[in-house]
Amino acid sequence: MSYLFGNDQKLPQGRLIFLTYVTVAVIVLLLIGFWKLQVIESGHYAELAERNRIRSIPIIAPRGRMLDREGRVLVDNYPSFSILLLRDDARLLERSMPQVAEGLGVPLEDLQKQLDESKAQPKFQPIVIKPEATQADIAFVESHRADLPVMELLMVHRRRYPRDGFLANAIGYVGEVTAQQLERSEGRYRPGDIVGKAGLEREYNETLQGTDGMRRMIVNSLGKPVKTLDNLDAISGHPIDLTIDYDLQVVAEADLAGKEGALVAMDARTGEILAMVSHPAYDPNDFAVRISPAEWDKLNTDPETPLLNRAIQAQLAPGSIFKIVMATAMLESKAIPEDFHVFCPGYGDFYGRTFHCWDKRGHGTVDFYKAIVHSCDIFFYNVGKRIGIDRIDYYANELGIGHKTGIDLPGEEGGLMPSEEWTQRVFHRKWYPGETISVAVGQGAVTTTPLQLARMIAGVASGGTLVQPHLLKNFPNPHAEHIAISEDTVEKITQGMYGVVNDGGTGASARLQNIEFCGKSGSAQVIGYDTRTRLGKQRQFKDNAWFVGYAPRRNPEIVVAVLVQAGEHGGAIAGPIASDIVKIYYDKKERRRQEQTTAQANQPVPALTGSPNPAATGRPVAAALPPRGPEQNAPAGDARR
Amino acid sequence: MKARARFRDLDWTLLAIAGAICLLGVLEIYSSTRTSAMAGMQWRQILWIGLGLVCMLILSRIDYHTLLDQAPMLYLIGIAGLFVVMAVGHTRFGAKRWLAVAGVPLQVSEFVKLIIIVVLARFFTEVHTDRLTLRDLMKVAAVAGFPAVLILVQPDLGTALTLVPVALVGAFLAGIEWKHAAVVLLIGAALVPVGWHYRNHLKPYQRQRLETFLRPEDKPQTAGYQVLQSEIAVGSGGFWGKGFGKGSQNQLGFVPVRYSDFILAALAEELGFAGVFVTLALYLALLLRLLENAQKAKDRAGMFLVMGVTAILGIHVLVNAGMVIGYMPVTGIPLPLMSYGGSATVFVFMALGLVMNVRIRRFVN
Repeated sequence: MSYLFGNDQKLPQGRLIFLTYVTVAVIVLLLIGFWKLQVIESGHYAELAERNRIRSIPIIAPRGRMLDREGRVLVDNYPSFSILLLRDDARLLERSMPQVAEGLGVPLEDLQKQLDESKAQPKFQPIVIKPEATQADIAFVESHRADLPVMELLMVHRRRYPRDGFLANAIGYVGEVTAQQLERSEGRYRPGDIVGKAGLEREYNETLQGTDGMRRMIVNSLGKPVKTLDNLDAISGHPIDLTIDYDLQVVAEADLAGKEGALVAMDARTGEILAMVSHPAYDPNDFAVRISPAEWDKLNTDPETPLLNRAIQAQLAPGSIFKIVMATAMLESKAIPEDFHVFCPGYGDFYGRTFHCWDKRGHGTVDFYKAIVHSCDIFFYNVGKRIGIDRIDYYANELGIGHKTGIDLPGEEGGLMPSEEWTQRVFHRKWYPGETISVAVGQGAVTTTPLQLARMIAGVASGGTLVQPHLLKNFPNPHAEHIAISEDTVEKITQGMYGVVNDGGTGASARLQNIEFCGKSGSAQVIGYDTRTRLGKQRQFKDNAWFVGYAPRRNPEIVVAVLVQAGEHGGAIAGPIASDIVKIYYDKKERRRQEQTTAQANQPVPALTGSPNPAATGRPVAAALPPRGPEQNAPAGDARR
Repeated sequence: MKARARFRDLDWTLLAIAGAICLLGVLEIYSSTRTSAMAGMQWRQILWIGLGLVCMLILSRIDYHTLLDQAPMLYLIGIAGLFVVMAVGHTRFGAKRWLAVAGVPLQVSEFVKLIIIVVLARFFTEVHTDRLTLRDLMKVAAVAGFPAVLILVQPDLGTALTLVPVALVGAFLAGIEWKHAAVVLLIGAALVPVGWHYRNHLKPYQRQRLETFLRPEDKPQTAGYQVLQSEIAVGSGGFWGKGFGKGSQNQLGFVPVRYSDFILAALAEELGFAGVFVTLALYLALLLRLLENAQKAKDRAGMFLVMGVTAILGIHVLVNAGMVIGYMPVTGIPLPLMSYGGSATVFVFMALGLVMNVRIRRFVN
């Protein structure tokens, strides 16, 4: 044991004493640290501790409602309760779990799993164990407040939409905010917030969305609320007034029921959208709570694309509707004499290829008026050939073909107007002259949306004023484009469109009594004739039926674009739907006029009775309309807010 | 000259101080856990204390010279133990520190601390002179550094760093030359600002990782949040405290691991500065009593053993109490005898057993 010898007995006493001082110094330093926190800064920390004892439960702000142009409720909210589980008291929680699970009909293992997953969150934060609580669940929570104080109710507002997809594509839907939106919102959204995801819900989310409030409670040392500290009230979202006319919308929905297609009715003077339909649609109520990934997937992959708002997103060949663009180009460019006429044998040869007229029997000698009324292809083939793609392209662009209309809905598509420049840019090749012939009858690469066509026809008929379509009643500064079309051109074209309906033309079946209903039909091929002959006559390759109608003939009030996919005959299938809407519009107008005259006639002299009749100038009532279509689709007005 | 140690020669004063600290710990463990799913934890802590006392008595029986004789063997066992942990150890809270012995998870590094105290005591005793050469200093660094690195990779930075003061205090008492001491201190002093500098240059996720590395138990919440909650608990306690079992920070679970690493925060909240004063005074008494035992040791070997224990307990108190008030980083170092924990409690009692060992034999020739 070598270390037992030498200077082993001699200890460095001096250094040991030094270490004693070091030890005392360390403890004194620590005490100074505690003194600083516990005596000098105690007040500050006491305040922080107090804040830790305050529990905040959010008060969810209800979203604003959506009303139609006459104040009828289209979209509303209904209260719904979520059940919260308070996790402050672990022992109480453990004891209560089996009863909670049984009472709410949730498997105990699921509950335990949810609880385990929330371990990482602070214990004073409650977790949602059951969204969409039933009446029985709520009763269970209320009746067990005393013996099962681990449950709490949280009121949320769910969206109530019209049933069966009524106006669904325009309204859109709400859903939980995505991570992306969360990031871009710069703190305005919190995780779990409900925001507009599509349609008007998305476009006017800022207006519709309110500001959530907060209920702050002091909780005792066991986490139980002792008293409510203060309530920061939720600020409700603002309602929005739409330009939609519920009565017209009901008829439009009914007319398109079971069909694949779209309809847009617009006030041609202001751009206010009176009705907008896209079928098939989806039921946004399915999205109001939570949609399962499987359901969502099904909606997205459905070949009938229910999520597509066809009125603004379907980009399809306009077919013969495009002849109005051709007519404008022909008359305005003055490249062809106005008395230009052709002989239509039912077909014609252009650039070494035979092009057919839709009517194989031929139209005989065709002038401008007859060409529009009977929609003669051969006439417009010749017009196209003579004025050339550049002039067509110019007037098409002027009339908004291939451009977004600027409607206040997200996701509008612009369609496409082909040109020499476009083929060069996209396909790196020259424009084939034969393509001009196809474009002349609205085929080839031309694609448009129903809304675009409605705006175009209204623009021509109103003498060149193209309005900005919108769904918000008080839309700020809707812009209007004015294009130069001569009075003579407008007169000639509108006469043609009057003839389409009222002079035995392609839209004769849409004729209305006492109303100057005009329009243009179209039957657009989905694929070329050759391909179709090869593939046989399958449903999906049937022609799309178009009709854009308006009234009156000059300076129209209302314009309606109807698309029935695979409807084949525009005039026969889509025409009557358009005239239906226009008829309802005029019926309402007439009734309003009559009511006003009756009210004026019955107006009591205020000086005599002292009680003016407030209902005298009341607005027309939807129920007074002849019953048509499905029963009331929209929820009844609900003044809860 | 057979050493005759008698039961009444135990350091009863030291034991009384340790007992008082244990009592405070058990009470605060009870208070912190009584409303939680871990209620009843204090009984298990009492069991550990009992086991610690038994280990202490056993260790005080074996003549410390025999232990010093066996130092190389103990060193090998310790290193082997750390390797075994590395190979088959249990991973808890993201770190591999535990080894199941008869179903009880043991934190091997706690016992390695004890072994390092013995090994370094032997090493410093064998220096014989009052001058520690640079060569000796290198050897010390190597002997203590190797197991420290093994503990560091578990990862357990805190425990690894507690070995440093054992070596430093030993070297100081063995007669480190002032110039060497200056160099060591300069290197140490240089490392701190360098580390601090780079800490702030880290990207948030890297800093998070560093913090997770420093204290893997805390993944759900950042270390910063923990320290803030601990400071709130301490500060809001005020001078007299909120009363036993009445600290909201403690009872509502805002204070992290309040029954273990942050037990002093829980005590500070409920018993106030007065309680902290008593507690730290008890620790000061404990350390001073250890220093006294070192001064009265029969030989340098005994002194080095006792001072090794003093150094390691001192650094535990300093780092833990400093962490609670935000002066020290969160590294997962428990407060000796107060924090809940089996291996840690048994380790402290075994260390006290070494001290008793030396004391009992101070008059024996």
